[in-house]
Amino acid sequence: MLETLKQPWPWYVAGALIGLTVPYLLLVGNKTFGISSSLRHLCAACIPGDIKFFKYDWRKEAWNLFFVGGIAAGAFLAATFLSDPNPIALAEPTQAYLATKGISDTSHLSPAEIFSWEQLFTVRGLVFFVIGGFLVGFGTRYAGGCTSGHAIMGLSSLQWPSLVATVMFMVGGIAMTWLILPYLLTL
Amino acid sequence: MQNEIHQAPSAEAMADLQTREQDSICVNESTLDHPWWYNFKYAAWGILFGIVFVKAEIVSWFRIQEMFRFESFHMYGVIGTAVMVGLISVLIIRRMKARTIYGEEIHIPAKTFNKGQVFGGLIFGLGWAITGACPGPLFAQIGAGYSVIIVTFLSALLGTYVYGAFREKLPH
Repeated sequence: MLETLKQPWPWYVAGALIGLTVPYLLLVGNKTFGISSSLRHLCAACIPGDIKFFKYDWRKEAWNLFFVGGIAAGAFLAATFLSDPNPIALAEPTQAYLATKGISDTSHLSPAEIFSWEQLFTVRGLVFFVIGGFLVGFGTRYAGGCTSGHAIMGLSSLQWPSLVATVMFMVGGIAMTWLILPYLLTL
Repeated sequence: MQNEIHQAPSAEAMADLQTREQDSICVNESTLDHPWWYNFKYAAWGILFGIVFVKAEIVSWFRIQEMFRFESFHMYGVIGTAVMVGLISVLIIRRMKARTIYGEEIHIPAKTFNKGQVFGGLIFGLGWAITGACPGPLFAQIGAGYSVIIVTFLSALLGTYVYGAFREKLPH
């Protein structure tokens, strides 16, 4: 049993469990699924300043912070007790492509060549951590949601603005991967 | 007033709700007043969620690369299944007029279209492909021990803050 759980989980198991988050949150507390809002609630709680957008009673959305705290705790448990010693089974063409960019270490979930403290104060670190993170935080709030709020919750409840947002997420991601990232990876 | 459904919310409470609903899909105005530890229901599901994120490698930068390069079905399978399960669940909840475990009527706020979904969506997509993480996986990566992602997370907070500060000047 434990050995099975340590293997990478198939997409249909993960997809089903993630999908069940939608009814779980609705049924236990009338909450609609969304994760990026936690970033806003943290701003409202810690640094509201004089900004109207952050001046609200964030305590009423505290459930969202408990949820993301749980995500971090669950990830810790998985990494500590269920970790799989094998390298990630990356698709051959992706592996071959990344190797041409000097990224070949697939022993972790993210490439150690980019995501390590040694890279932080380099141009690469600036792009992959600082600029990348900024775009995620700014973009999700501007769009009014992320993959969970729009792609999963929004599409599940048949809201067409969420379909627009989801399509734009993909357009942005594909444009970055094919047009810009090839240069960024050589930094 | 603890633990009971009471009268319609005040004008002040409505204004507060409207602020929270701006650019958010995941808010709700429950009239129930629960002690704070009731929130552990959400933490418990979050823990399961975090385990799934790591074990299905959704938090992996590599898997996001594969997805955007169309070289693996994995992420499409995950998101597609999640949407199907969510869609069927919402249909059943609506058809059965199901209520929450506390007997409240279930309410899903409608999302109104604005240009933010186009521009913001595009900006997030660019960031998603760089970092290999949407906001959920950021929390999971930090929890899984990738401590340097704290920098990405702080930067995402800054991005959210800057959006809030310049919100009125951006096209919506």
